[in-house]
Order: sequence, then structure tokens, then C-alpha cells
Amino acid sequence: MTEQALSHLMVLELCNMVAGPYCGKLLADLGAEVIKVELPSVGDDARRRGPFPEDKPHLERSGLFLYLNTSKLGVTLDMRTATGRRIFRQLVEQADILIEDKPPSLMDGLGLSYEDLKKVNPRLVMTSLTPFGQTGPYRDYKAHRLNSFHAGGEGYLVPIQSPDLTREPLMSGCIQADCICGLGAAFVTLAAFYRMKASGTGQYVDMSKQDMLMTMALLEIAMFANTGAVRSRIKRSLLMPTPMKCRDGYVHISALTDREWNDLVEFMGNPEWAKDERYTLWLRRHLLGDEITPRIQSFMEHFDKQDLFHKLQGKALAAAPVNTAEDLVKSEQMEARGFFSEIEHPETGSLRYPTAGYKLSETPWQARRAAPLLGEHNELVYCDRLGYTKDDLVKLRESGCI
Amino acid sequence: MKGSALDGVRVADFCWLWAGAYATDLLAFLGAEVIKIESMARVDPSRQMTLTIGQAFEGVNSSPVFNSINLNKLSVTLNLKKPEAIGLVKRIVEVSDVVTENMRPGVMDKLGLSYEELKKVRSDIIMLSSSAFGSEGPLKRYGGYAPSFAAYSGLTHLTGYSDGPPNPMTGSTDLMSAATSAFAIMAALVHKQETGRGQFIDLSSVESLAVFTGDAVMEYVMNGRVQGRNGNRDRIMAPHNCYRCRGEDKWVSIAVSTDEEWRALCGVAGNPDWAADERFSDAYSRWKNQEELDRLVTEWSIKHTHYEITEKLQAVGVAAMPSLSNEEIFSDPHFKARGLATEVNHSAMGKQVVLGPPWKLSETPAKVTGPSPLIGEHNEYVFGELLGMSSKEIARLVDEEVIY
Repeated sequence: MTEQALSHLMVLELCNMVAGPYCGKLLADLGAEVIKVELPSVGDDARRRGPFPEDKPHLERSGLFLYLNTSKLGVTLDMRTATGRRIFRQLVEQADILIEDKPPSLMDGLGLSYEDLKKVNPRLVMTSLTPFGQTGPYRDYKAHRLNSFHAGGEGYLVPIQSPDLTREPLMSGCIQADCICGLGAAFVTLAAFYRMKASGTGQYVDMSKQDMLMTMALLEIAMFANTGAVRSRIKRSLLMPTPMKCRDGYVHISALTDREWNDLVEFMGNPEWAKDERYTLWLRRHLLGDEITPRIQSFMEHFDKQDLFHKLQGKALAAAPVNTAEDLVKSEQMEARGFFSEIEHPETGSLRYPTAGYKLSETPWQARRAAPLLGEHNELVYCDRLGYTKDDLVKLRESGCI
Repeated sequence: MKGSALDGVRVADFCWLWAGAYATDLLAFLGAEVIKIESMARVDPSRQMTLTIGQAFEGVNSSPVFNSINLNKLSVTLNLKKPEAIGLVKRIVEVSDVVTENMRPGVMDKLGLSYEELKKVRSDIIMLSSSAFGSEGPLKRYGGYAPSFAAYSGLTHLTGYSDGPPNPMTGSTDLMSAATSAFAIMAALVHKQETGRGQFIDLSSVESLAVFTGDAVMEYVMNGRVQGRNGNRDRIMAPHNCYRCRGEDKWVSIAVSTDEEWRALCGVAGNPDWAADERFSDAYSRWKNQEELDRLVTEWSIKHTHYEITEKLQAVGVAAMPSLSNEEIFSDPHFKARGLATEVNHSAMGKQVVLGPPWKLSETPAKVTGPSPLIGEHNEYVFGELLGMSSKEIARLVDEEVIY
């Protein structure tokens, strides 16, 4: 096993669905040993979400679950029982890091708060990732990804450049909003671990998903707070703020600086209309989008998106095709970058998975295994690590504890 | 004062604009000393303007945008066109743990500041290069901004109304890339702490966003299906949308995940006719009939404020939150209680409101210690104290526009 950046980390993950598990995945794919704790028989809710291969739902074949839980070990445990809690404390004893996403009062109620677990393991770094954090009037509020995104403030601003405000504000597509929260949690958890290795003591990290998402929208929020500039999703006259339509899809084009504008005009064959002296300087030109953008749009609509992308980049213009998942998977660039990795799984066979946005030269990203089957590592963890016998395991299973 | 998580970590930071700057700010909040290496010959555009909303700022020290993502940092000026400046850069690197840059691939190499060169100066250096498409690869010469990264990554295609065009979202995609850089650097620091070895990190903004579309990728890989835009909708939950409330452009997000929650919502809504309607009584039926369902929920929500609905639904265990506008954020009681916003005193701009980091650490709290630096503000400290140069030497270098 080649050494990875986080090979010396032991992580316990008590998380469900997307954000928390994505945090665990980030650490696991860089070598940390991440033990994912799931409810017996039922497992993570993501197992019941598609996509499923050939649209055949199966507890072990969810594309969402498989993606979010690569490289982890999986155990089952019901902590609503005293035995379950005792076993959990034994796991905590051996862990450097615990990541959990339960409602704030739940862990307290189970006697598994940081204050409790610190006594079991003073070096523990414990991160709680919840919709609104451990303090404040919304502490016990419930939120799904939709609610967190809109609580974060960016929701109100999307879709940007709406023709009017008759339609509802939107969240970002796919699992983005949850993943970014998991990413933020992984970052600060590693920082706390770094400190623990230096000082010998662990600590508690309270992370609010709302806070995290607000920081992603901080530029708008800060501009408003300091200049009073009211931000809204309503259309303003800006230069090409949304993608240009072309024959087989869309391309986003940015031509913000004077140099970029001049090169764009040249690309379009130096049309007469572009010679308007009001368009010479960026600041003024940028706010005349209403008259300029449609003209550029008529020029661009006859191209194919990948072709237009390369042609514009050839003039050092920041253009990009609006790719679908298919475009991404078929992209020569992504292929050359090794962005996708084949991972073998006993239930699905070999599938291609996205890897990571970073390439570390000495300790590369590597999914050491596919996501675990439900309870797959009960024996490894409970017997080999904690000293339970196989008989114990049977009894624990029969009692519903694991 | 118990110290900071990253006490003793120093970063030599060549990054400019948003993505790079915010990455090192995340480290700075945790106590890393981040030295921005800037130059009057090459001023960070975000000190002068914000391209996306079309606003220019006076001089180079009056940008609220620059200020909000360069908090806690130090700034020196070095004109990298001068060979002596390159020598000084290397002296700063010698006492640094991390180097970060987001110039076009190849530029640092040309300056003699490649990872290979910097490793000679400090063998355990960690270097991060952030670019649109990565430091190596067929498209390494291609540039981009936040919306380009979002477009290429697949995220733009998936964002928007189901019957509408793709939407690039806001500048948040730059900050997502920044968060990714910060994480990668942190992983390298943890590795270095354990092994004494540094490494090079090639960060691609496009790839950093593409990983967020993992569910759509799996759909394509498994079934050859290309997911499209779905507005606020979910795979199975319904109601799951933003609903218009009383007032101008006021919306509440509601997400119902169980039949129990559905019944609770019906109770709050006063058990109208549709509460008993079989078309909405279980999750599958609700999802199938959600267009009609959304209309009916709106008939109720439009009579109440978004905060009212939020309070009432949360009280019965249903997920609801207003779609907060910027103004509403600042008057929101939870936002105030969490203390995410804070004020800094900027010597040129006066009081500025900024957002701090989104985490609360119990032993080594992360914090905003000060505003962003004026350009070259810490030349004396870095060259004088840190590198031990004499005032005479510094004055000469200023005269010769090496420190510039």
C-alpha cells in the first residue's frame, strides 16, 4: 500500500446522506482510515437514492452512496442501545477524529457529546456538521440541502440575470451545496488534527452549513454590507453574464478587460456596430450589456460548443462549453488528466468515478476500495480491533445492536 | 490566549483575484502567517475593480472586495521582473512552509520560481499552483474565470429552471475552488508534519467543481442518462421548492421528507381540502403530483410571511427556511447570534464589515485579526525583521524599484 498524505489518521464517521459522508470521503481518498458507522439493516439513507444501475434499486448499488463513500470501512451499530454506546466509546478511544452530523441535542442525549467523549479520548478531534451549528436560535431547526442553500443567501440570487422576479429563487444543481459543506468540514478538521499532533490535545469543531454557504456568497454579502449595493437575481445590463446559446448547447464567454474585448471583436470580424465609441472602455461597456450581448449572441449561435470553445481560447479568451456529465466523461482533457478512475465493486462491477480537483505529487489521490457493503467490516473492526469474538458478533447482531 | 491551530505556519502567497486569495485567507484565519507577494508593477485587479458587477475603486487600497478575502494577511512588494527580486522571493520561501500561486501555467517557471527551483531553496516546501485546467494537460494554456470553471465542470448545466437556460451562479464558484485549495494544502501540511516531506499540488478549478457533480456523473456512467436542470426539485421529496410568501419577492424554502412531516405541514396550513387528498397522501404520489401540489401550497404560503411559515413549520419538525436576501441576513437573529460577520478597521476605507470563517474551534478559535493589508504595508517587517536586512539595504532596493 503506497503511503498517502493522511495514512496515519484514524477517523470515525457518523454521518448520513451527503455533506458529512463527503467530508469522510475526502479524508479516506487521501489515505485516512475512515470507519463509517451505519444503522443496522437500514444503513445510510443515500443507499435508497438513485441512480441505480439499469434503474434497479438495491441497497448496495446506489450511485450516490457509492460515490460518497469510496475508500471507507463500514460497520453497523445502533447507538440507541447502551451496548451500542459502549462499543461506540471503544471506537472513539482508538480514533483521532470523529465526524458527526446528528441533531445537536441527540448526541448530548446519548451521553456522546464532546465533553463526554473527551474523557474517553483527550486527543479526540470532534467535528459536528449541522445545518445551523450548535448555538443560536436555529440550533434545533431541521434543514435539507434546499433549505441550507437558501439560508446561505446565495439562493436568493440564483438564477442570476432573471428577466423578472415572478419565478422562484433556486438552489445550485446536483449535490454541490452539500459537498462544499463537507469540504469545509474536512479542511478545518485537518487543521484541528494538525494542532492536536503538535500540542497533544484535541478539540471540538462546531460547523454550521449555513455559515459555510454564506462564506461562499461572501463577496455579494460584503459588497452589500459596505456599499449598500442591493444584490438580487434580477437582470441587469451586463456584458454576457450568462452562457451564449449555440447550435448544440451553450458556451460561457467572458470578455471583461479591454484586451479581451478587442480580441473578441476581432474574432467576430470587426463588425461596424462594435466600433461604437461607448464600447471602448470596460467600465462603460460592461454596463451596456443589453445592447451588446444580443449582437454577440447572434454571432455565436451558429457554432458548435466545443469548436467555439477552442476557437475563442485560441484568442486567449475565457470561454468554456456548458458541459453535461456526458461531455465531461467523454472529454479528452479529463481523460488526459486522469480525472476519472475505475473502481471495482462486488455489486456493480467496475465503474468510472470522478477523482479530485487536486493532484498531490508525492501522495496522490487514490480510492483504495469502493464504498463498503452494509456492515462489511464488522468482523475486522469489532473482532480484530476491539477484541470481540465471532460469537459476540452473532449475539450483537441477533439483539439488533449491530 | 491558547494560540492558533496553524501557529508557526508561514505562506508565501503569489495568488491574486478571488480563488487564490480566499484559499490563503482560510489558512490565515487559523493563524498561519500569510505574506502576499505583490507589486506596483502588477497590481491585483481585485484591488482596483470588480469585473463581474462593473465597479472600479480608487487607487489600490480601497477595494471592499479585496478587503473581504485578504484579511489577516501581510503584503510586500517585489517587482518580479528584477533579478534581485527573485533572490528576495527565494529568501522568503526559505523561511516559509507553503508557496501558493495562480498565474498562468508556465509563468512561475519562466521567473525561475518553479517547484523544482524552490525545492532547492527549501527541500520540504509545499507548493500549490492553481489554474483553470491544471498545470499539466492538453488545455493547460487555457484560462478562465469563475463562470468558465462552472460551465466546463458540469455545474452550470445542472443549475436553472427545468424549462430554462443553464445558469452560472455567482462568484461563489471561485470561493469553492479556494476552499478546495485550502483543503489540499492542509492535507499536505498534515503529511509534512508526519514525514518531514513537502510536495507540489496541481489544483484545477474546473476539476474542483466537477467533483461536486458526482451524482450526475454516476447517472451517466451507470445508465447513459444525461441529467438536466431541475430547479429546486429533489429526486423524491415533495413538497420541495421555494414558495412565494406575503410581501415583495419573499420566498420560503420547504422540504418534506416523510409522510409524518407532510401531515404536520397540513396541520399548520389549517388542514385544507388538499390535506385529505389521496393524490398527496404519500411520498410517491406527492412527487408525481408536485406541480399541482406546489400551486396549492402557494395558495397557503402567500398569505403569510416567510419567517412566520419557517417558525410554524420548524415547530412541528418540518424543514423550512426563508430564501434570505442580503439585507435579511443582517437582521436575522441566528446570523447575529452566530457572529459570522465582524468589523475591521481599514486605514484607507474605515470600518468595513467582513465575514469571518464558518467554523468554531473550542481550544484554538479561528479569528479575523485585522483588515487586508495596504499594498507593500509589511515591507519593513518582512525584509527588516524576518529577513534581517538593514534599512540602508531596503532603501536601496526601494530606490531601484526592486521593492516596488
